[in-house]
Amino acid sequence: MPAMNMIQALNSALDVMLARDPKVLIFGQDVGYFGGVFRVTDGLQSKYGRTRCFDAPISENGLVGTAIGMGAYGLRPVVEIQFADYIYPAYDQLVSEAAKLRYRSAGQFSAPLTVRTPYGGGIFGGQTHSQSPESLFTHIAGLKTVIPSNPHDAKGLLIAAIEDDDPVLFLEPKRLYNGPFEGWRDRPSSPWAGHPMAETPMGHYSVPLGEAAVVQGGAAVTVLAYGTMVHVALAAAHHAGIDAEVIDLRTLVPLDLETITLSVKKTGRCVIVHEAPLTSGYGAELAALVQEHCFYHLEAPIRRVAGWDTPYPHALEWDYFPGPERIAEALRAVVEGEGV
Amino acid sequence: MAAPLSLHIPEPARRPGAAPDFSGLRLSAAGEVGRSDPQTAASDLRDLAFGLIRVLDDDGQAQGPWRPELGASALKAGLAAMVLTRAFDERMFRAQRQGKTSFYMKCTGEEAIACAAALALDPADMHFPTYRQQGLLIARGYSLVDMMNQIYSNAADPLLGRQLPIMYSAREAGFFSISGNLGTQMPQAVGWAMASACSGDTRIACGWIGDGATAEGDFHAALTFASVYRAPVILNIVNNQWAISSFTGVAGGETTPFAAKGLGYGIPALRVDGNDFLAVTAATQWAAERARANLGPTLIEFVTYRAAPHSTSDDPARYRPADEAALWPLGDPILRLKAHLFRSGLLTEQDFADLEAEALEQVRAAGRQAEAVGVLGKSRPSARTLFEDVFKAPDARLVRQRREHGV
Repeated sequence: MPAMNMIQALNSALDVMLARDPKVLIFGQDVGYFGGVFRVTDGLQSKYGRTRCFDAPISENGLVGTAIGMGAYGLRPVVEIQFADYIYPAYDQLVSEAAKLRYRSAGQFSAPLTVRTPYGGGIFGGQTHSQSPESLFTHIAGLKTVIPSNPHDAKGLLIAAIEDDDPVLFLEPKRLYNGPFEGWRDRPSSPWAGHPMAETPMGHYSVPLGEAAVVQGGAAVTVLAYGTMVHVALAAAHHAGIDAEVIDLRTLVPLDLETITLSVKKTGRCVIVHEAPLTSGYGAELAALVQEHCFYHLEAPIRRVAGWDTPYPHALEWDYFPGPERIAEALRAVVEGEGV
Repeated sequence: MAAPLSLHIPEPARRPGAAPDFSGLRLSAAGEVGRSDPQTAASDLRDLAFGLIRVLDDDGQAQGPWRPELGASALKAGLAAMVLTRAFDERMFRAQRQGKTSFYMKCTGEEAIACAAALALDPADMHFPTYRQQGLLIARGYSLVDMMNQIYSNAADPLLGRQLPIMYSAREAGFFSISGNLGTQMPQAVGWAMASACSGDTRIACGWIGDGATAEGDFHAALTFASVYRAPVILNIVNNQWAISSFTGVAGGETTPFAAKGLGYGIPALRVDGNDFLAVTAATQWAAERARANLGPTLIEFVTYRAAPHSTSDDPARYRPADEAALWPLGDPILRLKAHLFRSGLLTEQDFADLEAEALEQVRAAGRQAEAVGVLGKSRPSARTLFEDVFKAPDARLVRQRREHGV
């Protein structure tokens, strides 16, 4: 099985789906001849032709709006929004249209589109290239939200998203495109090669939506994370020397609540990590669910480690980023009772 | 010293209490605007966006190069669809006033546009309508009972009581699900047309929008995508002069016709008398010919007048002269087509009276059937359906919530 980085794995998923299903087509800014600013669609236009993979105007509402029409026609469009920070012009089309179409038409029409978009920081992208808008979408009835954390899952989840009959927002942690990132700003970053989850089958497979992965077993505390923060959480647990069970949610909607509650009932403690700002972030939903389902097993208050409630800064990126030190501190507090 | 700047706030010529004034409306005589070959480039079609394509003159005669070739049965079918649409509107407006439903929207005065467009296109072509194109469904022969069931949100509502009354969806009638968010359907229509083109299909799409909503970004995104990919789509603007209480000037219609917006995108654009069944038919046929020949999109502005209130929640006497509708220079679409059929010897007064009586009876019969199921609040879909169709299959969370709700 070849080792792939996340870009290659995503490219392979699109390649497999374009070959398997004539109804799949890809469009977005710079995705055609050029192959995308992050190279995810590299080579697909020359392999499958211009009507299967083509450039689109800089118009996110137009992109998603036309994709909904294509989906209603019977195609399976895959749209790329160049950065998640640019998705807001398409918010109405996603929230009022794609998400509601099946419901409001009582199943007459649906919008089986996949919206791929790179999200998250740690790349010195500043406010407009670093945001994590997932909770704006998990709140919306009718949308699925998927966030992979490694090449193997990225490919399998993207195939599952494209094959899914409902609209899926597929957020790609761009800090992980070329290697797992542990969140230490001063240490050299490592490539995916050699990482077990870089082993990616060439052909078709899927990772089902709605199944979390326990990426590290542990007894002292459960850490809930997704995307880039899975790797940062692992590094933090190692740094703190705490026997943490780290769960990669992989899909936020649908959520694998069973894996979460099994783990928290076992460890009795829970730390939730995300890069998006704290207030009304997805961590709030997770904390509420853990409280509702595991209250009598909890031995310490649930802690959230998240981005501050500020815009994503440029110069002070590492002051914003919830790095391993901050997570380690929360882990210690929850396990040892400090600061509780 | 430079003179101080001042801001222009558009205001219609007349408000309540004043005499209507349509002197700002650009009109052409029937037959005056020339017809160009559908192959003509947008840049050579400027006159069609600024003039007004009209066929029926004030005497009911068909004039000029845009006269469509319609046989007696097609003309009568068009008249029947318009009469039925008006009868349906009258009954459902009254039903709302009687408390049988929460909301209704009439299309009085605009019947020619949807009815002619429906009949000019193939039944397999796909419409992406706004909330005032009930004429599409009626002209396509969709069940009046199903429309009423939707309006009553009752147990037989095809949309399971999920949508505001009149926000229909009828896939089998080529009628896309109506959204209350304005303009969103325009890029969707373009996307559907793009999908048809890249699938090697022969069907085309038709998007609809009002004059007010052309200010939405989605309208402009739709024109951009339609132009870029030469999508086989007809983009219709129904300019009925009023966006609730805002006149066309507030949407940018003061200095240039809405049709002219197409020219900036390189899209051929027609400005058409929307109360002229023959002109609407001809314009739609012209645009469809372009689309089917892979020549791309056409933008059509249908100039009409919203004789009805915006909705049952609206009182237009508060913002426009009460007699504006009566003095609208393009007349009533039903009376104009009726005059044409009289003049052509295809219809008598008795025929027309029969047509109206028949429409009334159809609507009454449908009403009896729908009300037998129940009006709003007296009959409703099973509570279990609340949790269905959020996704193709409910996720664990929805199953939990459904159980919690006890259904």
